[in-house]
Amino acid sequence: MASENQHSVLKVTNLSIGYSHKKKDTVVAQNLSFELNKGELIGMVGANGIGKSTLLRTLTGMQKPLAGTISILGKKLEEYHPLELASLLSVVFTEAPASKNLSVLEFVSLGRQPYTNWMGTLTPNDKEKIDWALEITDTQKLSQRKCFELSDGQLQRVAIARALAQDTPIIILDEPTTHLDLYHRAYVLKLLKKLTKETEKIILFSTHEIDLAIQLSDKIGVLTTDAFYFDQPCKLIEEGKFNALFPEDIILFDAKTGRFTIKD
Amino acid sequence: METQKSYKKVFLLLFVLLIAFFLVNISLGSVAIPLKDIFASFFGGDVSKSSWEYIITQYRVPKAITAILVGSGLGAAGLFMQTLFRNPLAGPFVLGLSSGASLGVAFLILGAGAFGGFLSNALVSEWSLVLASAFGSFLVLLAVLAVTFRVKDTMAILIIGLMFGSVTSAVVAVLSYFTNAEKLQQYVFWSFGSLGNQSWNGVLILTICVLVGLFIAFFSVKSLNALLLGENYAKSLGVQLKRTTLLIIFSTSILAGAITAFAGPIAFIGLAVPHITRQWVTTSNHRVLLPAVLLLGAIVMLICDSIAQIPFSEYTLPINAITSLVGAPVVIWLLVRKKKLLF
Repeated sequence: MASENQHSVLKVTNLSIGYSHKKKDTVVAQNLSFELNKGELIGMVGANGIGKSTLLRTLTGMQKPLAGTISILGKKLEEYHPLELASLLSVVFTEAPASKNLSVLEFVSLGRQPYTNWMGTLTPNDKEKIDWALEITDTQKLSQRKCFELSDGQLQRVAIARALAQDTPIIILDEPTTHLDLYHRAYVLKLLKKLTKETEKIILFSTHEIDLAIQLSDKIGVLTTDAFYFDQPCKLIEEGKFNALFPEDIILFDAKTGRFTIKD
Repeated sequence: METQKSYKKVFLLLFVLLIAFFLVNISLGSVAIPLKDIFASFFGGDVSKSSWEYIITQYRVPKAITAILVGSGLGAAGLFMQTLFRNPLAGPFVLGLSSGASLGVAFLILGAGAFGGFLSNALVSEWSLVLASAFGSFLVLLAVLAVTFRVKDTMAILIIGLMFGSVTSAVVAVLSYFTNAEKLQQYVFWSFGSLGNQSWNGVLILTICVLVGLFIAFFSVKSLNALLLGENYAKSLGVQLKRTTLLIIFSTSILAGAITAFAGPIAFIGLAVPHITRQWVTTSNHRVLLPAVLLLGAIVMLICDSIAQIPFSEYTLPINAITSLVGAPVVIWLLVRKKKLLF
């Protein structure tokens, strides 16, 4: 193992994802293999319903894989105790917190749960981590606001702050740019980029913002109906993989500009 | 969960209010007893009239303690259910827990009547009443939970609760057809709800049940906080969802079941008290919220009971009517004034 890539943290081998229902398996995607290294920002792109969410749910342990393995730091995902896993992997879901009555500070500090005692008492170290998370996402000023008072852009930043407070080497975000305007989409993705560089965290996000993902991600996973491609964005462009994303009747990928254009 | 504000003053105020209303509750009744004599009977001093001492120690104090237990227990049960179902309208009464408990009791009282004679007296003891009613509410809660796994819709859950209410009254109607008038009367009086006429033995049993229920919940405070984020987030924070859910359901059934067994189905306390508390204690942290709900629930129940007594008269109103009269407007006010109910 040591002879392999030393920066590898998360490794996926021959993964099949999908749903198992009454002994019948519905395969959404299969033969996925990739490796995530320290400090990488990874985008997952794919058409609606192609299985991005299923993949993310499987990677976070919310859903069992149909076949293949996911391992973090050499240990299989399912062998981790829930609490142990919570200190390695944090998730930002698309949904807002169920209780909108939570204050931003309360929301973010819940990220410390895997580390606190049975009463949830915060130590000075916990508070330091929370302050840092609020600061780096520029949300300190919001800390006393209630979640229902926030705009979508603010809420997304706060959700990221919560994941940062959880202090994990891996963060997985499910479509962090939905509901946001162009400025905030770029803001959120740039923030993620900055975090990977400054903290060496692995940040994986699914998105529909293909052009933004190409500009910022270190690697991109492209989920299509037939195959899964995983590489650096420039290589994927060279090989013309992005055209496999959608049916080619309306839009085409322009390799020069790195974005989709309407077909004449 | 970090909570910046200090709530010491709020708790001090609540505590003082609790003591004050406890004393007011004891001094009011068909005969007014001066505070001096209340203290005298507590601490073994000379009470002006010996009948007063008997009224206080054998009737009013057990009743006031029952009120405290009922208010605290139902308030806590409501708080847990609002968090567990992530639904601001959840409560033991709304979700049909009280109906389930009633059904259990109906089967016990009316069903035992159908068996007749010797068996019926043996069956209807305080403990069996508690068991039947806790079991009833446990079953309803499991059913509601099974529904929430399939339907994520808030409305559906509430409608299920209403349906359980209808089923209960239907089953009770069928049962009452086959029982004698005496048993039926016993059930009807129970269903009005009453805090009074509790023996010290009964108060002790209720205290044990409420403490057990709260004890279980006490260890779930951290998980309850995580549940505020929703199931997915809670899971990703390492919360063992099934175990936590089961513990909370268990605790809630014991609380709601035991209280309903002793005091009858009491409406709105479980729903309204957590919401009133949130107006004062603005944090969502259960470590602060739960003790505040316990105190406020006790205070509200003592007030309701004092009103139900109709001071200086010989009439006593059914406690269920008073809690509805107090609780329903509060919920409506919160909805209209605040435009939304948050949990």
